Order: sequence, then C-alpha cells, then structure tokens
Amino acid sequence: MTDKILAVLAEHGRLPVSPDSLGDGDDLYAAGMTSHASISVMLGLEDAFDVEFPDRMLTREVFSSIASIRAALDELAEAA
Amino acid sequence: MASRVGIDLASVSDVREAVAAHGDRYLRRVYTPQELVDCGGDPARLAGRFAAKEAAIKVLRPRRDTALPWSDIEVLRHSDGWTELRLGGSAALRAEHEGLAAFSVSLSHEGDTACAVVMAEGKGSTGR
Repeated sequence: MTDKILAVLAEHGRLPVSPDSLGDGDDLYAAGMTSHASISVMLGLEDAFDVEFPDRMLTREVFSSIASIRAALDELAEAA
Repeated sequence: MASRVGIDLASVSDVREAVAAHGDRYLRRVYTPQELVDCGGDPARLAGRFAAKEAAIKVLRPRRDTALPWSDIEVLRHSDGWTELRLGGSAALRAEHEGLAAFSVSLSHEGDTACAVVMAEGKGSTGR
C-alpha cells in the first residue's frame, strides 16, 4: 500500500522532494504540497485504490502525511 | 469580534493540468454547477475561484480535522461582473461557530496567477 501511495504522491503531489525521502509522519504540506495539489493527490488515490473519499474525509489532516493517508485508506477498505 | 481577511494565489496551469488529468471528477469535487457555468471551462476563472475558496478557508480557520469541501464555498458572479461569496454546509456552520458574517470577495488573474481576497466581519463588530 505505501508504495502505491508514494507513486501517487510522486505523480500528483508536486512535491519539491522525492516522496521516498519523506518519513511516514512527515507533514506533506510542510514538505511543499499545496492545497490544490492535495486535490490531485486525492483523485489519484481514488484511482489507484478504487475508492471515493467521502466529504467528511476532506480534511487537511487526512492528506497531511503518508501515515494519515494510509489510515484513511484502511478505514475506507474496512467500510467497503 | 474583529473582522478577518484571507488571501490566496492559485496557479492557472495547475488548474489546467488538473482538469486535463481528472476531468469532471476534479471539477465536480471543487466547484458548484453554477461556478462551472460561470467559468465556461476557462482555467483562469476556475483558478480565481479556487483561490477564493482557499482565502475563505483562511478566514474560517478550520481545525486540521474539520472537513470543509471546496464546493461548500461558492463564488457567485453578478451580471455587472462583481462577485459574491455564498457559504453552505460545513463552511456556513464554521462561519457561525466563528461568529463571522458579511463575507466579501474579490478575484483577479494575470498570466499564470489567480488571486483572491476574502473579508468577513465579526458579528457585533462596528462594520455596516
């Protein structure tokens, strides 16, 4: 799962650094991801994992780190 | 309570690329149907509205775990060209919680940059 998250971040996150260089808990916004890029990341994750993030998950927190993205995807998988 | 102001810049090419990459899924998650009609597919206008939504979020100051869908913040365009902000859903609830009213917005775009400023009055402030 993490590899797929990293691939989406690499393609859509527009980060100035390689996502591979980031730690699980590193703040993606602090690392340079913009709010607008987080939308593309969200849509890219939906494609990659065949899920749809409900409005209640459209928080800054959910897309703030690799760990928080993984936790949200786990939650969606359990609910499916 | 004091008035608040928020400002944001948005990249027109980022919006153009997001539309190219994600199409309607991107447009429907970020913009309301009326905004899409008003923008007519123009990435500069779309970027201006995205900047307005982000500027409004800076005024609303949500917590990191507060869900604030972009489409809850709507830019309405009047025939004379000026724009107004309408809040719905969790954005309206957040404004109420923060004691904010009388939101106003101004948009602009030049080249690859769109900009928006949003102001809101604190209820009970000495504004209008």
